[in-house]
Amino acid sequence: MFGLELSFIWAGIIAFAVLVYVILDGFDLGVGLLFPLTDDEKERNVMMNSVAPIWDGNETWLVLGGGGLFAVFPLAYAVVMPALYVPITLMLLGLVFRGVAFEYRWRTTRWKGVWDMAFFGGSFVAAMCQGIALGALVQGIEIEGRAYAGGWWDWLTPFSILTGVAVTTGYALLGATWLNMKLEGRIQTHMRSLAWPFALATVGFMAAVSLWTPFLDAVYFERWFSWPTALYSSFVPFLVALCIAGLFYGLKRGRDVMPFMSALGMFVLGFIGIGISFYPHMVPPGLTIADAAAPDSSLAFALVGTVVLVPIILAYTAYAYWVFRGKIDPDEGYH
Amino acid sequence: MLDGFSAEMLARVQFAFTVSFHIIFPAFSIGLASYLAVLNGLYLRTRNETYLVLFNYWKKIFAVAFGMGVVSGIVMAYQFGTNWSVFSDRAGPVIGPLMAYEVLSAFFLEAGFLGIMLFGRKRVGDGLHMLATAMVAIGTLISATWILSVNSWMQTPAGFSINEVGQFIPEDWWAIVFNPSFPYRLVHMVLAAYLTTALVVGAVGALHLLRDRQDMPSRKMFSMAMWMLMVVTPLQIVAGDFHGINTLKYQPQKVMAMEGHYDSYEGGAPLILFGIPNEAEKKIEYKVEIPKLSSLILKHDLNADLPGLDTIPDEDEPPVTLIFFSFRIMVGLGFAMLGLGLWAAWMRWRGRLYDAPMLYRASVLMGPMGFVAVLAGWITTEVGRQPFTVYGLMRTSESLSPIAAPAVATSLVAFIIVYFFVFGAGTFYILRMMNARVKVVSEQSLRNEAPTRTAGITPAQQRRAQEED
Ligand code: HDD
Ligand code: HEM
Ligand code: HEM
Repeated sequence: MFGLELSFIWAGIIAFAVLVYVILDGFDLGVGLLFPLTDDEKERNVMMNSVAPIWDGNETWLVLGGGGLFAVFPLAYAVVMPALYVPITLMLLGLVFRGVAFEYRWRTTRWKGVWDMAFFGGSFVAAMCQGIALGALVQGIEIEGRAYAGGWWDWLTPFSILTGVAVTTGYALLGATWLNMKLEGRIQTHMRSLAWPFALATVGFMAAVSLWTPFLDAVYFERWFSWPTALYSSFVPFLVALCIAGLFYGLKRGRDVMPFMSALGMFVLGFIGIGISFYPHMVPPGLTIADAAAPDSSLAFALVGTVVLVPIILAYTAYAYWVFRGKIDPDEGYH
Repeated sequence: MLDGFSAEMLARVQFAFTVSFHIIFPAFSIGLASYLAVLNGLYLRTRNETYLVLFNYWKKIFAVAFGMGVVSGIVMAYQFGTNWSVFSDRAGPVIGPLMAYEVLSAFFLEAGFLGIMLFGRKRVGDGLHMLATAMVAIGTLISATWILSVNSWMQTPAGFSINEVGQFIPEDWWAIVFNPSFPYRLVHMVLAAYLTTALVVGAVGALHLLRDRQDMPSRKMFSMAMWMLMVVTPLQIVAGDFHGINTLKYQPQKVMAMEGHYDSYEGGAPLILFGIPNEAEKKIEYKVEIPKLSSLILKHDLNADLPGLDTIPDEDEPPVTLIFFSFRIMVGLGFAMLGLGLWAAWMRWRGRLYDAPMLYRASVLMGPMGFVAVLAGWITTEVGRQPFTVYGLMRTSESLSPIAAPAVATSLVAFIIVYFFVFGAGTFYILRMMNARVKVVSEQSLRNEAPTRTAGITPAQQRRAQEED
């Protein structure tokens, strides 16, 4: 009994880490995605500077997601990683290019364009691969015994491509609304105008993914369309509609914060929606949370540290954001 | 191109390649983070501008090295799952939580305070900036502690049982974390990181002194580095000796391979200084040896018996040649570092530390040798653990993911191309920054305001940074 509870607490913590990752790194990958949409040197400088002090902290949540899975659901980690071999490897390579661009770009004049493209390309590949990985997971992963039983291209389907494009578009929206919040004047106006098409596209893709998912698996279908579960799950689309309204209203009125917060809200709700479909599985269709969990001694040991350290991490992360708060003035820089 | 290789071989090469690149950056950033904290502390205490100048100079280099460490590290964290999934499933319950603790207690700390350390002095003030700098340094040390505990557990597993599906189940966390080789490995690796950094800082100082012997910041960094070398190298040699004795107790075949002892010796084993292992005939050719010294070093007794690889079943033997040579490279470099430290101490005693061009040249030459020693040391350790991933319990051949060889080969080629391109460029930028005159760099930063913005927050600074190129 107790063991069961521990594994569910842990599933919640891992989901939380992944969610925080998506929220934080989403906008920061999004900034990279928008790079080619401006060729103004100064604009690119402030765009990158808006995330330079915080990107490393954001990406650490990805390490926690992967490392946490390894620690408390080693079987799920051992099954998912080989199944997603190609997208994961590509994502890692994308993150390499993108991560070094933050420093390299300022260390050269001649190659600045190269690292700008590395920043964009890395962000794009990472975003696509994360979306594809999500789609492949929702589709389900073939397992035999304690190992992945499929081939190394199984992840590639029209559905996973759709989720890849959807996540990438959504990240671009997060990036544009983040910059709308952090910048002023001409650049802000430019970013707001970029946010419009990404907002429309994100809404479209989100609808497409939501409509397709229930037809992938009867279990998903029941969660969303059978009585009375549909009653509980219907709050998700309802809140999504509210967020969409907030997003367009905020963009139209030229608000700073509202569009970004609404876009984040859409991501959080989308994430909750996937959670509703998945539960109680860790890796659909075969592996449940309880099956995948490490022994209690591992779960309990890791939980102690997590309970103590995560609040502290959240506190100093918030502090770091607060230190670099406010608008970035492109002409004076910010000190 | 890589058709002839098994998935196992390819995965091993991939792991060795990516981790060898990764360890280069921590070896430097662990030492440099501490050095920066010391420089900043000295500046705040003495208000001597030389320290601030040095802080700003090394901070820029640190930012680039640290960035490369982060991105190569994220690759490592996922590679256990992609290439070694059976290992992950079985050893995950034990080593997974340790790595989770590393993320929670170290990576977040480093990443959370890095931004403030690099960009925030003006925003938060000297006190909090010092705190952030110290946090980054402490984070790198905590990180080393956890990951070395993981690695040491794979070398000398303890505190576990094995369940019906073959998973390692933690029984005693204290015994797992403080497994028998962990304290030795931690001390040896942290000292190695400090030595590596001292050699680099010393080489940069020496390079600038060769051009201008009056330059204060260059004098300061050279002098600091030489003190460090003189104090830490002897400690490292002693630590290495204890490490070896501990390894003899828990992983005897590794020591047999390091020593080149194919045969058992009764009544005092010789120390083979040099030779060429012949793996087919299981003997060392052209060997130069000192009688009984090996028994003296390892057993502290001239006449102690030492068993050799002839007592080990063939399928459990590690490959000897690589271990034999890498161990000698590490030890040889350790003594070369000792020599450099003593030479500098002698020059200092004679009052000629700032007038010693030969010493400067030697320091420049020794600059990269810390990295070489670190890699040689890790190769000794890891190859010496073969053919096991968890020593004595789980074989490398049973640890592999069910992934087809072409997938592993393709990703290996991709990693090789990307790493050489990306980290090659980064190394070039670092070398160029090291080549830039300290005075010039620091005047720019002082003119502006106290700290330079590494990633150039202001457009004005960016323009200046471009002019440097
Ligand atoms: C002795 C020290 C040491 C060793 C043996 C390793 N690392 Fe490392 N690692 C560090 C010392 C370090 C560090 C000093 O803490 C780094 C270097 C630069 C940095 O950002 O932190 C780091 C970065 C770093 C990161 C990025 C952290 C971030 O996002 O900030 C990850 C995910 C890993 N490492 C994972 C690994 C794995 C899976 C290893 C084993 C195979 C490994 N490291 C070996
Ligand atoms: C960071 C410095 C390290 C270096 C330079 C290093 C080097 C190597 C090398 C050269 C191999 C290949 C050995 C062979 O195939 O003969 C290897 C394998 C391996 N190492 Fe390490 N290692 C390091 C740290 C670690 C750590 C910290 C861990 C554990 C967390 C680890 C786990 C492994 C595993 C799982 C293999 C797998 C395959 C194998 O045994 O061949 N290594 N490493
Ligand atoms: C000169 C005397 C030295 C001795 C006797 C010595 C001894 C050893 C031994 C026995 C090991 C293998 C331990 C094992 O795998 O169980 C080792 C590993 C290692 N050595 Fe050394 N060492 C010396 C100098 C150095 C120096 C100068 C450096 C770097 C600056 C260095 C860096 C390393 C590293 C990074 C490892 C791998 C990690 C570890 O197992 O601690 N060593 N050393």
